[in-house]
Amino acid sequence: MRLVVENLAGDRGGEPVFDRVSFALSDGECLVVTGENGSGKSTLLRIVAGLLPASGGSVRLDGGGEEWPDVMSACHYLGDRNAMKPALTVAENLSFRQEFLGRPFLSAEEALEEVALPSVASLPFGYLSTGQRRRVAIAGLLVSFRPVWLLDEPTAGLDLGSERRFSALMRAHLEEGGIIVAATHVPLGIEGAKELVMGGDGRE
Amino acid sequence: MSDAATQPMRFADLANPTRFLELSGKVLPWLGAAALIVTAIGLAMGFAAPEDYQQGSTVRIMYIHVPFAWISMMCYMVMAVAALGTLVWKHPLADVSLKAAAPIGAVFTALALATGSIWGRPMWGTWWVWDGRLTSVFVLFLMYLGLIALTRALDDPARSARAAAIVTLVGVINIPIIKFSVEWWNTLHQPASVMRLDGPTIHSSLLWPLLISALGFTLMFFTFHIMTMRAEIWRRRVSAMRRMMAKRADRDAAA
Amino acid sequence: MLRMVPLPRFAGEDLQRMLALYIRDLRLGVRAGGGALVGVLFFLVVITVAPFAIGPDMNLLSRIGPAMLWIGALLASLLGLDRLFQADREDGSLDLLIIGSSRHMMALVVFVKCLAHWTTSVLPLVVAAPLLALFMNMTFDSALGTALTLLAGTPAITFIGAAGAAVAVSLPRGGLLVTVLVLPLVIPVLIFGVSAAYAVTAEPDPFLPPFLMLCALTLFFAVIGPFAAGYALKHATD
Repeated sequence: MRLVVENLAGDRGGEPVFDRVSFALSDGECLVVTGENGSGKSTLLRIVAGLLPASGGSVRLDGGGEEWPDVMSACHYLGDRNAMKPALTVAENLSFRQEFLGRPFLSAEEALEEVALPSVASLPFGYLSTGQRRRVAIAGLLVSFRPVWLLDEPTAGLDLGSERRFSALMRAHLEEGGIIVAATHVPLGIEGAKELVMGGDGRE
Repeated sequence: MSDAATQPMRFADLANPTRFLELSGKVLPWLGAAALIVTAIGLAMGFAAPEDYQQGSTVRIMYIHVPFAWISMMCYMVMAVAALGTLVWKHPLADVSLKAAAPIGAVFTALALATGSIWGRPMWGTWWVWDGRLTSVFVLFLMYLGLIALTRALDDPARSARAAAIVTLVGVINIPIIKFSVEWWNTLHQPASVMRLDGPTIHSSLLWPLLISALGFTLMFFTFHIMTMRAEIWRRRVSAMRRMMAKRADRDAAA
Repeated sequence: MLRMVPLPRFAGEDLQRMLALYIRDLRLGVRAGGGALVGVLFFLVVITVAPFAIGPDMNLLSRIGPAMLWIGALLASLLGLDRLFQADREDGSLDLLIIGSSRHMMALVVFVKCLAHWTTSVLPLVVAAPLLALFMNMTFDSALGTALTLLAGTPAITFIGAAGAAVAVSLPRGGLLVTVLVLPLVIPVLIFGVSAAYAVTAEPDPFLPPFLMLCALTLFFAVIGPFAAGYALKHATD
């Protein structure tokens, strides 16, 4: 499988934020997107996910076969918001994610074990602290399988131990042949990751 | 709060929810038994009481309709006092009392409306009229529902307490309107016959069963009220413990 | 043959996914602050206000009863509609729904969300309608007929409303705008609903033609509304 981005250009509110961004990632490869605030990291991820239209260039997924025809069908997108309902319990949130997305991978309990929060399953998501919420959202990446992970500031609000645990999860995903694109300004602790620096002037 | 236990019992000690749970747990069985017995006696006397020469047996619905209507207003006054308790004295149980009373008040008001409707159908030939008494009681019912919605709108009880207390106090204006509606407006509903300055106009053979069943239903109301208050205190403790659990999960992970 | 063959996407799996979404929205509707109760309360208040404005003339009230119930239910069912997608957008769930819907249609997701919204917020109005008919001095037949027309017609309001809610999803105060956008579109539903409700009691008027028109409108909007809303949502993300 190969995620190919060619000459991508994106805008926000009609104003161009970047153009001519190109990269290609094969199985087991990770791209870390860095750059200052407003350089278009989030916009880039959303365009790659297919949540925003690109103003130029193309994003495609080669070799996904019938099961993963495009990036959107093959990706987990972890945005700045956690996509969890505060009124529902953590277990309800995760099992909804699993049932709605299909391709179950880990059960909700196992996924919570992976982010070291096994005791919160029965609590409403709204009771959790910011860091805990983020970790539950990370557990959401594990309940159903997707080869491509698109992560927008995944470690925001995490403490050091959780960050380390999360890098281990990402490495495991890469070893299994997954693809990760992560926008961040803290090092994620992944050796051999490609790096893309988004300039303040919108150029790569 | 622990030193309060060593001091002699005072009314203020009830402010301690633990103390309240303990005391109310002791009182509750007796209160419930008394409520059942008195209500049963009142209703039995009601059935034994003579029929009305105009209304026949239908008049017996009075023995439940009047207590329901009376409690629907008394419940609101209890909530109004609780609202004062929240706003003025900052009593920790006042908000619990208000929140717990609202659904009971709504049920008793609905029962008063329903029994009145059933009573009115053969007497007036219609289920419902928009006259002063019926409309104002219906408005009371709406206010109960509004307060129920308000007290449950927020997950955090401390934030909804003040809002509910203010709305309750503003709504008190409806109570005298209900009370005097039968005198202010010309209506189908009969004027007051028990609580009058010049003494009751109702015959004593009907009055006594009515008073006793009213007392029985009042005791029943307080039984329900204490039960729901206890449930509400427990619910808040469960919620607090779950929040604690969320915090502890973090500490375990950090360790 | 033991070779793994990629399974064709069959309807059962999609059904399971949609059921998960339906149950989630049902839970949210019941749990999040009693929104359903507020809708019914609004309905009650609207119906209560009418006799104050019109006067307690029971004959007049029973004559305008079905129309009042329809107007009340219409306004009450528009009440929570603006939150239909906005809540999902605010916590990021909308992205999840869009990404998840790449395997099926976004219109299907919207359709299921509408059904869940209708079940938690509008169905209680239909149930409350016969009771309120009592206050409007309506006959038993008329009350039941009005409830039946509401049962058949209100889903159409939700489906049209979904399109309005999707268009206004990114607006900060879209609530009023949704109502203003949707109200003109639901006028046909109101016309056929009220005329069917009146036909129950007004003897020469036939009940079935307007009622079937009402059902047809609901089915029509059950397709058009979710498609329009799904299209709008896919292009409203930012």
